[in-house]
Amino acid sequence: MSNRVGIEVSIAVAEAVGLCDVDVVAAYPITPQTHIVEHLADLVAEGKLNAEYIAVESEHSAISAVMGASATGGRAFTATASQGLALMHEILFAVSSLRLPVVMAVANRAVSAPINIWADLSDVMPQRDTGWVQLFAENGQEAYDLMVQAFRLAEDHRVLLPVMVNLDGFTLSHMIEPITMMERNEVRRFLPPIEPARLLDPDHPRSIGPFGAQDVYTEAKMQQEMALLRSQEVMEEIWQDFEAQFGRRYHAVESYRTGDAEVVLVTMGAVSETARAAVDEMRAQGIAVGLVRIRMWRPLPQEELRQALEGAKVVAVLDRMLTPGGTGGPVGEALRSIFYDAPVRPRIYEVVAGLGGREINRRTFKEIVRQALAGQEQVRQFTFLDVRCA
Amino acid sequence: MEAAIDTQKISMKNLPAFEALASGHRACQGCGEVLAMRLAMKALGERIIVVSATGCMEVITTPYPQTSWLVPWMHVAFENASAVGSGVAGALLALARKGRLAGGDTKIVIMGGDGGTSDIGMQSLSGALERGHDFVYLCFDNEAYMNTGIQRSSATPRCAWTTTCPLGEEHPGKQEAKKDLVGIVEKHHIPYLATATPAYPFDLMNKVRRGAQVKGPAFIHVLAPCPTGWRIPTQEVIKVARLAVQTRDYPLYEVVNGKYILGKPGKNPKPVAEYLKAQGRFKHLSENDLAAMQQEVDERFAQLQWLASRP
Repeated sequence: MSNRVGIEVSIAVAEAVGLCDVDVVAAYPITPQTHIVEHLADLVAEGKLNAEYIAVESEHSAISAVMGASATGGRAFTATASQGLALMHEILFAVSSLRLPVVMAVANRAVSAPINIWADLSDVMPQRDTGWVQLFAENGQEAYDLMVQAFRLAEDHRVLLPVMVNLDGFTLSHMIEPITMMERNEVRRFLPPIEPARLLDPDHPRSIGPFGAQDVYTEAKMQQEMALLRSQEVMEEIWQDFEAQFGRRYHAVESYRTGDAEVVLVTMGAVSETARAAVDEMRAQGIAVGLVRIRMWRPLPQEELRQALEGAKVVAVLDRMLTPGGTGGPVGEALRSIFYDAPVRPRIYEVVAGLGGREINRRTFKEIVRQALAGQEQVRQFTFLDVRCA
Repeated sequence: MEAAIDTQKISMKNLPAFEALASGHRACQGCGEVLAMRLAMKALGERIIVVSATGCMEVITTPYPQTSWLVPWMHVAFENASAVGSGVAGALLALARKGRLAGGDTKIVIMGGDGGTSDIGMQSLSGALERGHDFVYLCFDNEAYMNTGIQRSSATPRCAWTTTCPLGEEHPGKQEAKKDLVGIVEKHHIPYLATATPAYPFDLMNKVRRGAQVKGPAFIHVLAPCPTGWRIPTQEVIKVARLAVQTRDYPLYEVVNGKYILGKPGKNPKPVAEYLKAQGRFKHLSENDLAAMQQEVDERFAQLQWLASRP
């Protein structure tokens, strides 16, 4: 039977990866991700996980090594954050383009400079266009469950793409939360053994990663795009199966008290729990506010987002990354793009906040909602919240 | 389980018929590198997985939808072949342990040029050597970035012309010495290390085979003349490679478990000027330059002899 325990989220994530019987873990330490790979090293050292643990000399080599392992037919995992993810950037494109079902956990953290180890989304957002499926966890249970779901999605032959599971550094990765743990046999029932699609095998030689010129490059990209779009419906299927087996239901987009909401907050990641609490408090004061939380960021569930936000007068977006010199943060841009052609468009009020781990609490969301409802002018497409230099 | 690598010494009588490369590729005429690669593959046989860095050999063998490779081959990027190979090694171990590996024993072969090995790939190579995965690394050194059009690398020898160390009044050719890649690799204390060139094909093949037989990392450094970049006639590639050895500019040797074994040095080495004057990239050298280069060659060789004399 399943059991609910209090456990650090990073440790739970590593336990989930262990339950997936991974064959190869390649990793390099970086705060705040390190507890995940430390615990995996423990599992391997104690003989609880029959895997090769490759302690590589950089994140660039970590992602490269899991590619080699995946191409050899192994189930492969790595984890990183911040600078480490930035160092992987070049190779992230190759993992998705070579259609290798690698899974990676990212403990989101700001990118230098100034050097800063705390949570925001400035590490993952620049990886938006690398062709990975990108999921965001709100709490420990979700981070834990998403790891198992991620392997099944990545390895599905209709998909064959790498999956990135994001969890906020410290504010989620280092929390001790009550998590319902799964049993190995339950996970094995949910996640079938990996069936490699493309393999480095001397008995059936193939060339992986060849030179592709103008005549084939576009087609390769198009096939990859079709698989990425397809991954959303496969994920829905997996989430249905997961609910049937474990009783927990997941969706690409989650709505909370949006029914009659005048203003709807849009968030990603662990701040969403705080937003939920703020929504309850504001509702108690009679403010018609709701919350939409994006769990699946790539592929972007456009139709679900449009439906979830339909009817709102104002959509108040929290972007936890600045896109310098641009037209707002990535989430705000995406929502504007979704609604541009819609017959009725909500006003999109975008706030950039929480950079480098600056606290986001219930007051933050109340202030965002206050500004959004007041129809406060936005000089560009977004407003910096709580910034001391104007 | 049958061993991946044949243990027989290769000679004229038992030259392996095996080819890992199908006929037809897109290398320049007279390419010393593709010849060295073909010879190495003959020695290795078909139970291998090749991981290649970006470079000439990657580009000329795999213009999709064609491939020259008759063995499994993978390429990801320029600087990470050793890391990709490390992952292949990890998966082979894990899958064998779990009984999920079909087929017999498999040897991992990682390859790169001088740029992919001693410059951009140095970190991942060093990491893989330190971790001691079971692989043989083939470095095909043509002493510059030839794939991008003859730019200087750390492996370019002193005084040589390239497009990024041109013959200016201030700086005629490369001002710095060639990086001692073999020395750096040696300091990782791997079980097998050797130098080779396609001018001595049996020596090359047998060193590759010996390297592939050891458990753990083996490194074969191959001097592979590039007629395009070295400015030599295509029919003289082998002659120039042989001169590199005969002049002691590029001595052939092995380091087996730390012990240096110098190949037959030859009693009367030719002056290094013969090797250098055969190449257009050195045509600007003065008599003084040649004398300085000769001194460098003599010093390097004396040091190597000293290393080989240690018990």
